[in-house]
Amino acid sequence: MNPYVPFSSEILDVIKHTEKEYTFKMKFEGACKPGQFFEVSVPKFGEAPISISGIGSDYVDLTIRKVGVVTNEVFEHYKGQSLLMRGPYGNGFDIDLYRDGETVVIAGGTGVSPVRGVIQALAETEDAKDKHVIVGFRSPDDMLFRNDLKDWDEKLDLILTVDGAPEGYQGNIGLVTKYIPDLPLKDVKNAKAVIVGPPPMMRFSVMGLLEKGFREENIWVSQERKMCCGLGKCGHCRIGDQYVCLDGPVFNYTQSKDMLD
Amino acid sequence: MGYILNVEALNQVLQKLGETYRLYAPVRKIGEGRFTNVDVVRYDFISTLEEIELNAKSDYSFKELLTPLSQTLFFFTEDQTQEAKIDTSEAIIFLRSCDMHAVKRLDDIYLNNGFADPFYQKVRDHVHFVLLGCSHAYDNCFCVDMGSNITTEGYLFSLDVDNDKVSCDVKDPEIAKLFDAVSAVKQDVTPKAVTETAVHVEIPETVPNTIYKNPLWDEYTARCINCGRCTTVCPTCTCFNMQDTFYTDNGKVGERRRVAGSCMINGYTNVAGGGQYRRTNGERMRFKVLHKIYDHRRRFGNDMCVGCGRCDDVCPEYISYSNIINKVNNAVKEGNS
Repeated sequence: MNPYVPFSSEILDVIKHTEKEYTFKMKFEGACKPGQFFEVSVPKFGEAPISISGIGSDYVDLTIRKVGVVTNEVFEHYKGQSLLMRGPYGNGFDIDLYRDGETVVIAGGTGVSPVRGVIQALAETEDAKDKHVIVGFRSPDDMLFRNDLKDWDEKLDLILTVDGAPEGYQGNIGLVTKYIPDLPLKDVKNAKAVIVGPPPMMRFSVMGLLEKGFREENIWVSQERKMCCGLGKCGHCRIGDQYVCLDGPVFNYTQSKDMLD
Repeated sequence: MGYILNVEALNQVLQKLGETYRLYAPVRKIGEGRFTNVDVVRYDFISTLEEIELNAKSDYSFKELLTPLSQTLFFFTEDQTQEAKIDTSEAIIFLRSCDMHAVKRLDDIYLNNGFADPFYQKVRDHVHFVLLGCSHAYDNCFCVDMGSNITTEGYLFSLDVDNDKVSCDVKDPEIAKLFDAVSAVKQDVTPKAVTETAVHVEIPETVPNTIYKNPLWDEYTARCINCGRCTTVCPTCTCFNMQDTFYTDNGKVGERRRVAGSCMINGYTNVAGGGQYRRTNGERMRFKVLHKIYDHRRRFGNDMCVGCGRCDDVCPEYISYSNIINKVNNAVKEGNS
């Protein structure tokens, strides 16, 4: 099977979170992990790397933000009932690393997609109250996975925040980093953290965690690049000697801190 | 096994080879260069020795045969896809030692970095090499410092031509029969190799991350015009972009291609939503140079750059890449990187 040739996958369902962000439930049977991605393509418009936001026995969820040439086209014409895809690519998150003990997940915007599977797993652990999840969106209208957020709020320690909101908004307002110093951690030296979001948000979140006493080797981040081929060939996602599509997108902070670009 | 023969006899060997292989060698194209009345030396199919340009460095490398500038991956017809067929004719590439080393770099990326690329693999399995000896270095060459001046294996035979005297070190027993058939004289032959170059570089063993902030790159933000010619002529640059194209007669039918890309060119790092990494040409130069002399080595064990100097030959801004290497090395040595 030639890895460049996509297969056609049936769209089982479309969940509309916001005007610009839909989750496409795609038929797929095969092994995959949260944090991995598929190359989704629309003939004539090209391909875009999309991370997996949910995994079932015969489907994967792909949460797509309408921001580029390909994704615009997906939104316009998804009524065709199927999309071309290839993958999954990348290493993904190893959920077992985060199940035991205290874990902090910090996610911003569409960065929630790749860690959604991780958060779901944490919500089902016995000591879910020791799992702290900080999720930030730009505004109340930009919130994704609203049903999940309700569920997570019941099961684990969820801090839901928005960068800004119209007057009268009842929830938290502030950047995700604002909540790091007050995390109620019992053993910060052994606590683990996963951070996914826009590059500045990840940078400042790491700084906040290190300041709080987290060890570098207990922090994982997911890097975003333009993965053009997903196969380690096209060169677009290389950072130093690492290829995000092969070696990442999930990196331990001890490694990612030296990956400058 | 070495052979000495004359040009006519070698042409008989080439003719025989031409029955099985396509022969691909540097050819001088009169007046086809970038300026009026300027020649260009680039690869093309040949049948006789006289067609090969043996007295100049080829402006463009052999790489387009293995990694075409534009390569169709598959065709779309409505919701069907059909993998593209590719030309797998047996071929022989005539190249110099630096380019022989470059083939290993292409293999690193296309065969040994994660998945083996099926398109590259198919072509590569049918490509063989003839080593062109180098009696002297050309302008901007620095192969000796990169350790790519000598090649001792991986070729069918070598070729050194001195007027009518042709010397060949024949490695392949089947090919040797062709030389025997034209009554070539057996004699030990060592392919000519460059031992001294005018240009020298010193490669730093390790490069600290502080080099990213070094002001040495600022000069290239000012001088480089991000035309990407250096990466086009480079025998080891392999980056590509995906491109979809549709036929004007029927918009439901088309193909996906990969086309040569360049980390120097604007748009290479664009991500959806308007994000971009490495906006300045200085940052792009840093990305390219460190890949060539450090990052590739960290991953695969050998430097990517083979010291052919084509990037220096082609740069319209007269930027010297070998100079940059030495600047990086000095910065590392002085500890002010």
